[in-house]
Amino acid sequence: MTGGTTAPKAGRPGRGRRFQGGRLLQDAPAGGPVLRLVIRLLRRPLLPVMRLWRRNIQLRVVAATLVMSLGVVLLLGFVVIGQVRNGLVEAKEKAAQSQAEGGFSVAQEKADASSSTGGRGGDGTDSTTAGTNSWRTDLVEQLASGGPGAFNVVALSADPLPKRAPRTSGGVDLSSIPPDLRRSVVGGTGEFKTYAQVKYTDASDDRKPEPALIIGKRLNDVDRHPYELYYLFPLTQEEQSLNLVKRTLATAGLFVVVLLGAIAWLVVRQVVTPVRMAAGIAERLSTGLLHERMKVTGEDDIARLGEAFNKMAQNLQLKIQQLEELSRMQRRFVSDVSHELRTPLTTVRMAADVIHESREDFDPATSRSAELLVGQIDRFESLLADLLEISRFDAGAAALEAEPIDLREVVRRVIDAAAPLAERKGSTVRVAGDEQPVVAEADARRVERMLRNLVVNAVEHGEGRDVVVRLGAAGGAVAVAVRDYGVGLKPGEATRVFNRFWRADPARARTTGGTGLGLSIAVEDARLHGGWLQAWGEPGGGSQFRLTLPRTADEPLRGSPIPLEPEDSRGNRARAAAAVADKSARQVPNTAFPVRGATGTLPVPPGQAPRATAVVDPTALPGSGSRVVARKPDESHGAAPAPREGRGTGPGDGSAAGSAEPGGRRVDVDGEGPGRTSASETSEREGSTRGR
Amino acid sequence: MKGRVLVVDDDTALAEMLGIVLRGEGFEPSFVADGDKALAAFRDAKPDLVLLDLMLPGRDGIEVCRQIRAESGVPIVMLTAKSDTVDVVVGLESGADDYIVKPFKPKELVARIRARLRRSEEPAPEQLTIGDLVIDVAGHSVKRDGQSIALTPLEFDLLVALARKPWQVFTREVLLEQVWGYRHAADTRLVNVHVQRLRSKVEKDPERPEIVVTVRGVGYKAGPS
Repeated sequence: MTGGTTAPKAGRPGRGRRFQGGRLLQDAPAGGPVLRLVIRLLRRPLLPVMRLWRRNIQLRVVAATLVMSLGVVLLLGFVVIGQVRNGLVEAKEKAAQSQAEGGFSVAQEKADASSSTGGRGGDGTDSTTAGTNSWRTDLVEQLASGGPGAFNVVALSADPLPKRAPRTSGGVDLSSIPPDLRRSVVGGTGEFKTYAQVKYTDASDDRKPEPALIIGKRLNDVDRHPYELYYLFPLTQEEQSLNLVKRTLATAGLFVVVLLGAIAWLVVRQVVTPVRMAAGIAERLSTGLLHERMKVTGEDDIARLGEAFNKMAQNLQLKIQQLEELSRMQRRFVSDVSHELRTPLTTVRMAADVIHESREDFDPATSRSAELLVGQIDRFESLLADLLEISRFDAGAAALEAEPIDLREVVRRVIDAAAPLAERKGSTVRVAGDEQPVVAEADARRVERMLRNLVVNAVEHGEGRDVVVRLGAAGGAVAVAVRDYGVGLKPGEATRVFNRFWRADPARARTTGGTGLGLSIAVEDARLHGGWLQAWGEPGGGSQFRLTLPRTADEPLRGSPIPLEPEDSRGNRARAAAAVADKSARQVPNTAFPVRGATGTLPVPPGQAPRATAVVDPTALPGSGSRVVARKPDESHGAAPAPREGRGTGPGDGSAAGSAEPGGRRVDVDGEGPGRTSASETSEREGSTRGR
Repeated sequence: MKGRVLVVDDDTALAEMLGIVLRGEGFEPSFVADGDKALAAFRDAKPDLVLLDLMLPGRDGIEVCRQIRAESGVPIVMLTAKSDTVDVVVGLESGADDYIVKPFKPKELVARIRARLRRSEEPAPEQLTIGDLVIDVAGHSVKRDGQSIALTPLEFDLLVALARKPWQVFTREVLLEQVWGYRHAADTRLVNVHVQRLRSKVEKDPERPEIVVTVRGVGYKAGPS
């Protein structure tokens, strides 16, 4: 039963968190990481190139110009080559056509003439065949002699009679005539032409096949037998011309592309150089070299940019100087006021002390007046000192004098100094976590002032209960948390305690003479260190102020070694109780509550137990206000319990306040936490997720 | 009984009040309100201690301090309204032995004055060596190769404190207590500035000190003799 209800509960917040964090990618398939690794490995050597590509506009423009001009040149080349080829082929075709037509008509005439003169009597077929053969040979030779090298002639028999052997000139291989053309020629009466590769039979010449225009026609020979006559015009010449044009174009194109790239580089450089100069000067301006100016020549756009830039720099310089002057005046004023106020105050102070020394001689009223005078001068003095300190921060005149200090010693000094006050209030100040040195680079004077403020505040508002000063060091940070068990803070007050002159309760009588500026100064001190000062508190449950400082002065803070919400806060105790109850309920389902009561180690009073066991009931977790002052590393921590604040101040608080005796708490402080490590950064995050 | 105190302050009310307090404690105060007349008044009064306000009409307190220091080692306590490091350090570097920030309590001021005056009341015949220096504690002199080196009483005390326990490293807080007579750690800038000034007088090369050696992160100790 218990397991059944906890399982979905555990799943839900997990999913919710993943969505909130936007980390859905972690749920990618198993191949994801491998792919990413491969991509990362591939990218690594390319990274410098990619960075150069991203950062260098000149490179990008030149590359774009190269690519585009290459495209244009290629397009142009194709068009030109196409035009030239068409022109060449057209001319060739025309010439070939007329040549072939002439040849065909000559052959026809010859055949007609021979057949009319030679007669077509009863000659033997053999002699006729031989005659026809020689006639054809003659014809081919005669026709081919018109242009040796310019064209070749082939005569083929239309019907496959072996006696009439094919005649060729120029060693043309008969298979050069494409069968398609032959079929057209045999089937038709007109001239047919096609382009084909012409092969040559005489291998000794090593002539390679060459492209040619072939024109064919069916004719009748002397015997009125049909035969095919083909003219083959090699296109070698044209091809050579075309190649020459191609080569020329390619060379020209290459030159054009390279030159265009170079031109683009030069042109872009003209524009980019001033821009780069402006960027460099802007950078130097921002580092404080306010006298830097751009060199302006001419009146073009770049010059206008330079002028505008210089004008801007001029104005900036003027404004900054004015502000510096103001700041200097402010500091001077503060210093003068300080002096002017302090000198008469010194006189008053001394006079008051002299009067105070001899107050026994006065009547009671005057004597009491002397006491009041001295007391109020003390207060006036500290107020003046605090005001001057704040104005020093405001003027930016506060300087950090950091050196490695052991916070334990500072804490010891602060506690020694606060001992009389604590005695008067009836509380003890205890220290935890001081087994090892807690060293950080810090300004001892400022840290001591901050801690003195926190400890005195805790004692003053602790209502006579103990104050625990906890030290911690982890990662690059050290922390001091001052915990009291007094009235605590109402929701929202944790943010306001650092406001200047803020009072927890304006109507409340002021028992001690704080200036109302202590925490404001402390926050400024913490900020000066690059650290955090944060407050946490619950109404009636006390409060905790945590100071976190970076271990070295220039190291940014990422987290704090001590959780802001103390482990013995009501919320955490309720959660701890719930965890224990859950565990014991699983072991002994029906006797969960008596078991806890019997052990007595948990500080949760029995009245609170039933509500605390139910984790789902948010009213069991009393509200807590937390605030991040300087930065916000753990927003989730502050945000998580916040919605509950309204309901947290409900009836549960009465019993919790009743249980607020130091004894029970001490048990909780020292141990029995549900496996939580007090000095680790993760504990805080754990706490916040558990609260969800 | 030595107790002549010269008060250099332009604020008449404060000067008068200081007079009342000092007289009440058994000192003999004399007053001067102008920086230009301070030196003449100093020569006339021959005080055992000077209370010097830093902000003065005419010559300012820093200048007056330098002039007095040029001709005497008499203890000088500055009264300053500014607790900023720069002001304090400038004052100390000009030769003041101690400073007290306004507003101060009369008891505090008297304690400081007494601490500055007490030193000259305990002569003990003692001969100390530190580095190549020979210190005659009773005769209040420091000599190197027979040549005497002029030190102010405070610088002398600082040197003696270090030389008495050459095996010990003194933290700034301990030195403040022993030399200045402070109960609580007040301001370690006092120590830093005076160590620098002492070095400029006794070291052959103040950049590479051999007499007063810095122990990083702890404090100072006497150099090997």
